[in-house]
Amino acid sequence: MTTTSASQETPAQSPTADAIQRLRRNPVAKICLLYLALLLFVALGANFLTRYPYDFQDTQRYAVTPSPPDSHHWLGTDEIGRDILSRLLFGARVSLGVTAVVIVLEALIGISLGLVAGYRGGKTDLFLMRLTDIMFAFPDLLLAILLTAIIRSGNQALPGWLSFGPLFFALGIVGWPGIARLVRGQALGLREKEFIEAARATGVKERDILLRHLLPNLSGPIIVQITQDVATVILAEATLSFLGLGVQPPFPSWGTMINDSLRYLNSKPWLLLVPALMLAVTVMVVNFLGDALRDAFDPRLRQ
Amino acid sequence: MLSFILKRLLLAIPSLLAISFLVFVVARLAPSGPVEIIAGDKASPAVIQQLKHQYGLDKPVLVQYTDYVWNMVRYGDFGKSFQRGGQSITAMIRTDFPVTAQLAWQALLFAIVLGIPIGIFAALYHNTWFDRLAMLVVVALVSIPSIVMGPLLILVFAVQLRWLPIDSWTSPSHTILPMITLGARSAAILARFMRSSLLDVLRQDYLRTAIAKGLSRGKAVWKHGIKNAVIPVLTVMGTVFGALLSGSFVVETIFRVPGIGYESINSITKRDYPVIQGMTVLVATLYILVNLAIDVMYGMVDPRIRSQEAKQ
Repeated sequence: MTTTSASQETPAQSPTADAIQRLRRNPVAKICLLYLALLLFVALGANFLTRYPYDFQDTQRYAVTPSPPDSHHWLGTDEIGRDILSRLLFGARVSLGVTAVVIVLEALIGISLGLVAGYRGGKTDLFLMRLTDIMFAFPDLLLAILLTAIIRSGNQALPGWLSFGPLFFALGIVGWPGIARLVRGQALGLREKEFIEAARATGVKERDILLRHLLPNLSGPIIVQITQDVATVILAEATLSFLGLGVQPPFPSWGTMINDSLRYLNSKPWLLLVPALMLAVTVMVVNFLGDALRDAFDPRLRQ
Repeated sequence: MLSFILKRLLLAIPSLLAISFLVFVVARLAPSGPVEIIAGDKASPAVIQQLKHQYGLDKPVLVQYTDYVWNMVRYGDFGKSFQRGGQSITAMIRTDFPVTAQLAWQALLFAIVLGIPIGIFAALYHNTWFDRLAMLVVVALVSIPSIVMGPLLILVFAVQLRWLPIDSWTSPSHTILPMITLGARSAAILARFMRSSLLDVLRQDYLRTAIAKGLSRGKAVWKHGIKNAVIPVLTVMGTVFGALLSGSFVVETIFRVPGIGYESINSITKRDYPVIQGMTVLVATLYILVNLAIDVMYGMVDPRIRSQEAKQ
């Protein structure tokens, strides 16, 4: 993982530009990006694309819920008469929104701690490595399940947007060590390079060395790692919501929709199939994109 | 070897303390404590005070934590459930854990029996249609979440075809769908790792030598190839075990398997957090011990690693 080496023989263009060019030639990556762009559009425009609010209960029209698809509700309604299509699209917003917040959280913590530890070395580094060792001693999803479980079991239901708090907290806490380790290792390797030494010698402040000289040279590996984390977080959000630990009602989540569908598998299997398909395809697409990005930034890794 | 085990055990202690302390503190950050939950909203302050004293909750948090750890280490006492008539958590673990263990064992076996041969054949028939198909299936299995696969399996095999029963844990046939759901991802991980490990070995000089000295290809691959390729696969067993442990919470909930995962998730709605606390400590200890055992085994089967450790 040393694509960002400063001593390449003929630096025609930056490694990132190289990577983007390679990515452009990859048809799988193109399809994945197209899907994600569409998903983002749907998530942002859910208000305009849907005919009903996600928590509107259309109980006057139907005596029996969940109701099958018809001209009013194209994918039918759920057990309390809410439009499945609306919940699916707003579910995309919740899924991507939660992922965005968690990724920003873990990237902020991970990158800053990793940079400082890798650049300074010594005791700071040792302390950070011990801390990540402790976190790595435990599977991420399990820790997230247990953390959200303990928060939810100790508290009354949190109102409104606050109900996302435990989710952000748990996923943020389990996510940062991976990024911190990666950044730290890379920063450690770059620390002794001439351009950093030159910056130090000319009296550039430590903060500027970290942010202007080190960080831009780490963007490749960080992007690759974050893309892989996106898939993990989307999956974790859905799984936690499935278990009743993640997104709380009335907010929609694909995980909650899958759980709600289990009681109607006999008669109304589409209740399962619709959110299950969305979740599986999204996770798979992000995984494929992660692989494509990794190959683009480091072609030598391709097998 | 013994000093290695001791060193690793010593290193595990801070991890366990950190995880349990984190869970302990987070649980106590709650605005309404356990006593308010037990006593209900209408309890008088005097009653609450008495209950707090009874459960030791009037002491400082650090003292409570020390007591908790001490009771666990000294007496194997994980505390008492708030619900279930104050049943001890040790008793709960005794009834629920065997169920989870059985599910995990079966899933592990399923993963090995399915994953290892697929990996071997994919490597032996590298770049053929079988290899490509196998790797496609592997990517799909890794990508499909268990909360999708489990319900889909129920839909197809229990609801539509009616081949397999669900919603109970009373006969071997009840264990099949949970086993597949839990083990599929691990099977994919093992297949992928086995394939790349064997591909590595097949490129080695000693294998060419073995064939050159007159061994048939099959014999050479079996005697020198697969045996050497299986050893590195042990290293992913830690990851696999972690996946099985986290997965058991999800799979048990999907199929209503009465193991520690399902019971913990049930305890959340009842706000029975001593149970979750106890399960956390149990699961963390288990995970760390199993990983230690894997590392020890790895050192035992591969002398090269043992000598490396001796040098350190």
